[in-house]
Amino acid sequence: MIRFDTVTKVYPRAAPGAAALHNVSFRIAKGEFVFLTGPSGAGKSTILKLLYMDERPTSGDVRISGYNSFDIKRRDIPKLRRRLGIVFQDFRLLEDRSAEQNVAFALEVIGTPPASIPGKVSRALTQVGLASKSTALPRELSGGEQQRVAFARALVNDPFVLIADEPTGNLDDRATRGIFQLLREINASGTAVIMATHNLELVRSTDFRTIELNHGSIVFDSAELRKVEVEID
Amino acid sequence: MLALRTALAAFRRSPLLSLLSVTTIAFSLFAFGLFGLVALNIKNALQRVEERVEVRAFVAEGTTIEQLIAASDQVSKYPEVLRVDVVTQEQALERARKELGEFKDVFEGQILPASMDIKLKPGFRDPVTVRKVVDRVREFDFVDDVRFGEEWISQLYKLRNIAGVAGIALGLAFAGVAVIIIGATIRMAVLARSREISIMRLVGATDGFIRRPFLIEGSIKGVLGGGLALVLTYLAMRLLEQYLHFQTVFFDRRLATVGILFGALIGLLGSAVSIGRHLRQV
Repeated sequence: MIRFDTVTKVYPRAAPGAAALHNVSFRIAKGEFVFLTGPSGAGKSTILKLLYMDERPTSGDVRISGYNSFDIKRRDIPKLRRRLGIVFQDFRLLEDRSAEQNVAFALEVIGTPPASIPGKVSRALTQVGLASKSTALPRELSGGEQQRVAFARALVNDPFVLIADEPTGNLDDRATRGIFQLLREINASGTAVIMATHNLELVRSTDFRTIELNHGSIVFDSAELRKVEVEID
Repeated sequence: MLALRTALAAFRRSPLLSLLSVTTIAFSLFAFGLFGLVALNIKNALQRVEERVEVRAFVAEGTTIEQLIAASDQVSKYPEVLRVDVVTQEQALERARKELGEFKDVFEGQILPASMDIKLKPGFRDPVTVRKVVDRVREFDFVDDVRFGEEWISQLYKLRNIAGVAGIALGLAFAGVAVIIIGATIRMAVLARSREISIMRLVGATDGFIRRPFLIEGSIKGVLGGGLALVLTYLAMRLLEQYLHFQTVFFDRRLATVGILFGALIGLLGSAVSIGRHLRQV
């Protein structure tokens, strides 16, 4: 479903030799839950940007859902993104619109028939536990609630994978646990989740696959470890 | 439909920025309009002067009126000629008396020659064409002398050419400035909504979909700015008339419409450039 093949990414204005990613290869299966960890600047966000084709690899190949970074056309990128759900640390909500308008926005701009929008929006808000606050503006919501609106927006198009870049980075412990619980539920319903995070406590509390990056290279992948364990057995 | 609604919503969401854009567009088009008005009035004034271009062929004494009428019939068939008036000796005297009132007693009898007064069609009043007509008229053997104000016709045309070239150059410069200013104001609108644009891209909106409301917004601002500029230009003209006692002409309905459409066009172009650049950058 997702495959990175010896991917190297050098940003155009980076110092010579300073690659954001260096020879990174991995696969993610359908419905998998994967943590991306590592210190700041390790390349987590770059991997996510490559996934939603906001960036293209300098060399190597990213494949996702039948699209290939090598030959995807600019006009096909929106089609790919309609099948992804993306959330960020800073929520990225429109401040002048209510929770439900923020979610509906994601449907409107891809030309969803207006009649089917309210139903989908209310289902998504219910899924994230915010049905009662659908008319609230972002500033009237707590950080955790704002992030839930962002999740509802990401889920409203039934993505096959949810890409989350430090989704709990701005939240307190309680809100973090709530969001993480939500992510597990989303994953349990069959959506793959790729979550970049600094929160090692969260990572250790589960046995989901973890890919750890440092200086643009994979230094640890629990899936590889499992393979080794199997071989030893 | 959604694009139109989004474009109108942009006016509602940031009325101040929209007002600023419309005013900026209006003033840059106002400068263009004032210039256009000056150009239009110069053109009109030159046209009025041009209408007075006339070839007068004086005939020798003893030419009969029949000969004169036959010749004038022939001349009036030239493609360049609008009208030929036959002026007899008596009529010439009458005219001279009227034009030079204080000398009216000096003129007596048949001292002034009869003539054919030839008016040319518009578009055939340039020095070269006038001279061609003159040469043909000279071929009648009873034509004594042909006068056509050679000196001032060529002066007039020189002036007209200079005005034309200067007009085009200045017009282009003003239009260029207007496009740049409008592009900048639309760019502000684009930047003010860059967050919205980035979210649209994340959830899979196409570039065309993102672009459309901005193009509509730009055109609406262009039309509003153009309309406001037209009003300002009209007021400025009335002010000039009142205080400087100029007799001026204003744009007719067709030119006014062209002006407003021009506003819409540069609004559209300005937005297309701004949003295109933004979409390429992010």
